Amino acid sequence: MSNLPIFDVAGSAMQAQSVRLNTVASNLANANTVAGTPEGAYRAKQPVFAAEAIPDHQSLAGVRVTEVRESTAEAVKRYDPGNPLADAQGYVYAPDVDPVAQMVDMISASRSYQANVEVFNSAKELAVATLTMGR
Amino acid sequence: MSDFLGLHGTALILREQRLQVLASNLANADTPGFQAQDMDFNTALQAALSPAAGAGGEDPYQSAANLARYDRPSAQPSLDGNTVDTAREQAAFSQAALEYRASMTFVESKVRTMLTAITGQ
Repeated sequence: MSNLPIFDVAGSAMQAQSVRLNTVASNLANANTVAGTPEGAYRAKQPVFAAEAIPDHQSLAGVRVTEVRESTAEAVKRYDPGNPLADAQGYVYAPDVDPVAQMVDMISASRSYQANVEVFNSAKELAVATLTMGR
Repeated sequence: MSDFLGLHGTALILREQRLQVLASNLANADTPGFQAQDMDFNTALQAALSPAAGAGGEDPYQSAANLARYDRPSAQPSLDGNTVDTAREQAAFSQAALEYRASMTFVESKVRTMLTAITGQ
């Protein structure tokens, strides 16, 4: 798309990592969301990354989120008869979200995002220095 | 004019190609099955300087860079088949950026020489 494909590569990675951060935020926010049926419970979301060639630079790979997959783990059954959402037996269904795993995922995503920002900044500095050559 | 810049003009373009390869590795640090790649600068430079470069009508620098690319095995491959070592890529990227600056300094001094000759000051 451009003469400076590093920006496209780093940009696609930042976009993908930001999708990952968003899903972590969604999962953590809904960790305590309960439902009256096992099917109605929130399901943890996880993005799937795939390498994708940059347009006009077929030998370079950026990142694309191919899909956001929902966890197939069964909802956790909890006895809580006082809850207005409880079913006839007094059970509510909570999503199987592991807050520790989500936090780890969040740290990993934010580190990867930072690494790509560094790449972006380095590439920008080099490009500016090249453009102002001889001044 | 490209003769005037000599080796350094070619080197600058190839150094940028290596930066692109390393940026692609870092971008795909979390992509399952991605194979980390690198570019051997010596091979690329020799290919770009050979008389046969660009004979087929394609970009001589691009084809030289493609020729010099190789899969770099990981010291600690992960279970999902990804072979990118983030720390190593960052170190390699910093080094490549420095090398790019070095090549650019050479080109820049050539440009200054030419400017001095043109303006006579």
